[in-house]
Amino acid sequence: MTDAANPLRDAQDRRLPRIAGPSGLVIFGVTGDLSRKKLMPAVYDLANRGLLPPGFSLIGFARRDWEDQDFCQVVHDSVKQYARTPFREEVWRQLGEGMRFVPGVFDDDDAFRNLKATIEDLDKSRGTGGNFAFYLSVPPKFFPTVLQQLKKHGLTDAPDGSWRRAVIEKPFGHDLASAQELNRVVHRVFRQSDVFRIDHYLGKETVQNILALRFANTMFEPLWNRSYVDHVQITMAEDIGIGGRAGYYDGIGAARDVIQNHLLQLLALTAMEEPSSFDAKALVTEKLKVLNAVRLPKDLGRYTVRGQYQAGWQGGRRVPGYLEEEGIDPASRTDTYAAIKLEIDNRRWAGVPFYLRTGKRLGRRVTEIAVVFQRAPYSPFDATDTRELGQNALVIRVQPDEGITIRFGSKVPGTSMEIRDVTMDFAYGESFTESSPEAYERLILDVLLGDANLFPRHQEVERSWEILDPIEEYWDAHGRPEPYTAGTWGPRAADEMLARDGRSWRRP
Amino acid sequence: MNIDLTDTTSGEINVTLVKARRAMGSPAVGMVLTLVIVTDEGSHYDALKAANEASKEHPSRILVVIRRPGRSPRDRAMARLDAEVRMGGETGTGETVLLRLHGELASHAHSVVLPLLLPDAPVVVWWPADTPEHPSKDPLGTLAQRRITDAAETEDPVMALRTRAGSYAPGDTDLAWTRITLWRSVLAAALDQKQARVLRAEVQGEEYNPSTELLALWLADRLNVPVERTVSDGPGLTAVRLVTEEGDICLSRGDGALARLTVPGQPDRNVALHRRSNAELIAEELRRLDPDETYARTIRFGLDRLLAASEPTADGTAGDGGGATGGEETAEETTEKAAEGKGDGESAAESPGEAVVDRSGGKGKAKGRTR
Repeated sequence: MTDAANPLRDAQDRRLPRIAGPSGLVIFGVTGDLSRKKLMPAVYDLANRGLLPPGFSLIGFARRDWEDQDFCQVVHDSVKQYARTPFREEVWRQLGEGMRFVPGVFDDDDAFRNLKATIEDLDKSRGTGGNFAFYLSVPPKFFPTVLQQLKKHGLTDAPDGSWRRAVIEKPFGHDLASAQELNRVVHRVFRQSDVFRIDHYLGKETVQNILALRFANTMFEPLWNRSYVDHVQITMAEDIGIGGRAGYYDGIGAARDVIQNHLLQLLALTAMEEPSSFDAKALVTEKLKVLNAVRLPKDLGRYTVRGQYQAGWQGGRRVPGYLEEEGIDPASRTDTYAAIKLEIDNRRWAGVPFYLRTGKRLGRRVTEIAVVFQRAPYSPFDATDTRELGQNALVIRVQPDEGITIRFGSKVPGTSMEIRDVTMDFAYGESFTESSPEAYERLILDVLLGDANLFPRHQEVERSWEILDPIEEYWDAHGRPEPYTAGTWGPRAADEMLARDGRSWRRP
Repeated sequence: MNIDLTDTTSGEINVTLVKARRAMGSPAVGMVLTLVIVTDEGSHYDALKAANEASKEHPSRILVVIRRPGRSPRDRAMARLDAEVRMGGETGTGETVLLRLHGELASHAHSVVLPLLLPDAPVVVWWPADTPEHPSKDPLGTLAQRRITDAAETEDPVMALRTRAGSYAPGDTDLAWTRITLWRSVLAAALDQKQARVLRAEVQGEEYNPSTELLALWLADRLNVPVERTVSDGPGLTAVRLVTEEGDICLSRGDGALARLTVPGQPDRNVALHRRSNAELIAEELRRLDPDETYARTIRFGLDRLLAASEPTADGTAGDGGGATGGEETAEETTEKAAEGKGDGESAAESPGEAVVDRSGGKGKAKGRTR
């Protein structure tokens, strides 16, 4: 930014929001679900909050026979339906003027020439200043084509003093080799610092709050180590099945889909040391350091579990099993549930296991990080007094009902000394805005500002695959996923895995 | 849930609040601040509505202090506290207590409010109208981290700004200032894009619109250039023009909703810039509770040069050929203030020296012309 040069900017003036500079966003695969439900509403919400520059332009690219007006209408509808903030005519007029649609398929040279002309025209008519972000909301198999086309037509060469950025969504490959290949393809066309990998979890307020909780307070960090923490459980559960994603999901599975990116990122944020500052470089340094210290259990058979859901009842509805889902090979060995135990070899965490689990068709939709503390080393109370007392825990609820719960023991009122677990709750919705910004709002704004704090870098992605690959290889060579009934909390083997360590899963 | 308490005390109100909260099934307190609204019977409805709306973003305990000193000597001699506790439903996420202070009690509001403040949470006082002379020295004001006033709701808004500047204490803020945040952010963004040296500026708005003055002051302070304040029919602020070496950067809004941004060498663009409701303004105010130093600088910049800033109006409007009478009056006053202003400017060590010189230079010219 040009803070120093602009006399109207002042560090003390905290009211003034960060507005992105002149720029535009090109979305490939603009007709997809993600684009309609998340990206377009997020763009509108940003404009409504006054965070987009005047002249901001949105270009849709897809294989549809649309005119600009048709595209405008689609965005209008999706904004009306999904936007978080109220619809305002004048905001829409500001945005609507800058909407363009480029029809075409990805290997069509004419379409890309057209795109280039559109961008140049917008630079003239809207003053976007040559700054464009290309959002690849398309399956990864199209990445090479789209990127090649962008390069071929000179769309990746930013004119002097402007930028071109690429935004890509997961999956970032399906193992280390493919991830490296993908990174090579992307980095051939865009510089490393111009590639933004979206992990929408990192845009969530609660996830950003992990850092605030740990590093802005004094009361938690002293306990945040092996002297007090017994173990950590990181859960991301979904109640839905694979829905219409059969084509993508089969052969990928829960571990690749969720553990490799979301859960390992959450682990990194929970376990990392304090970064020297909150800029992207310092954060990636610390995250990478802790990811490099992650060690797999020696006996992968005992400390990793995978499962596959079977037909059952979930929340009052009968749901099919994974193998009966449409488009799934009946002999598929894809995991829809995965649980693994990891350890972190450093002074802070040696001996503290991190249990990661994720799955589809589980009890309910929830994502949380539970830091479970050791029992008090000595208790002056009789064993019967504390029979109902569990371990103290600090739970960061990432979604839904974002907040933090602390569980501790308290005396039950009465003449006898009886101690039972109680919880103390902090709910975001209760103490802060009822509608905190959507993750995509924050992330899109960060892309336009060029702020890479909340985006995993390619080193992190590659390191995460290094962690997961041996497990996948082991699974390929050994046995089949354990079946579990839809609507439950996963296969019995996962419970046994923790029982072996004398622990049990929290019911989230 | 609504509970009426007649002839009551703060203690009883506290008990009622706890009971009501239990009855609602949420014994936990997630509220982040106490908002005290000081108002009268006539305007409490609108203020409370805005506050309830804002409390959706900032769950808070809202205490509405309604003073009813009474008309007859007999009324004035008695003292009674009536309260209305509202929870759930339309009151947003927090709790609302309407406090009616009858008779003598009307001048001892702090004794009622003090026991009702949330423990350890920040306190914000808002005077929608009838601001005390020294907000920070007012008994209620001393309880607060943040004191919100509204110069637009006074008889003489421009005079009110002078008063605010004189009585400023860290934590003071004014809704007239909050109203221009969007303008300021668009202007700052425009200068981000176009890095040209600004030579002078013009701010145009309705006559009795303190936000226009504040924006002019802010520009004068930040840019160190002469700023003209001209009058239009509104609504509110209508235009800002920054004259640069390469042409004019102009942001104009005729209809109070959609503005047009003109930057030399760039195409014209529309910017959504609607006039925000009080609820949105209060919500913005509550977002940060630390002292607003930029506001302080801006309003203090005006203490000695506020009239000077409106003086070139005579110049500007004369050129436009309209509104000359208003301009003339100010010009006369200015001649008196000019010397004073200069003195002040020199003694105020912190204000940028260049600006003083710059401004008095402009003043000299203007004076010559009026004569």
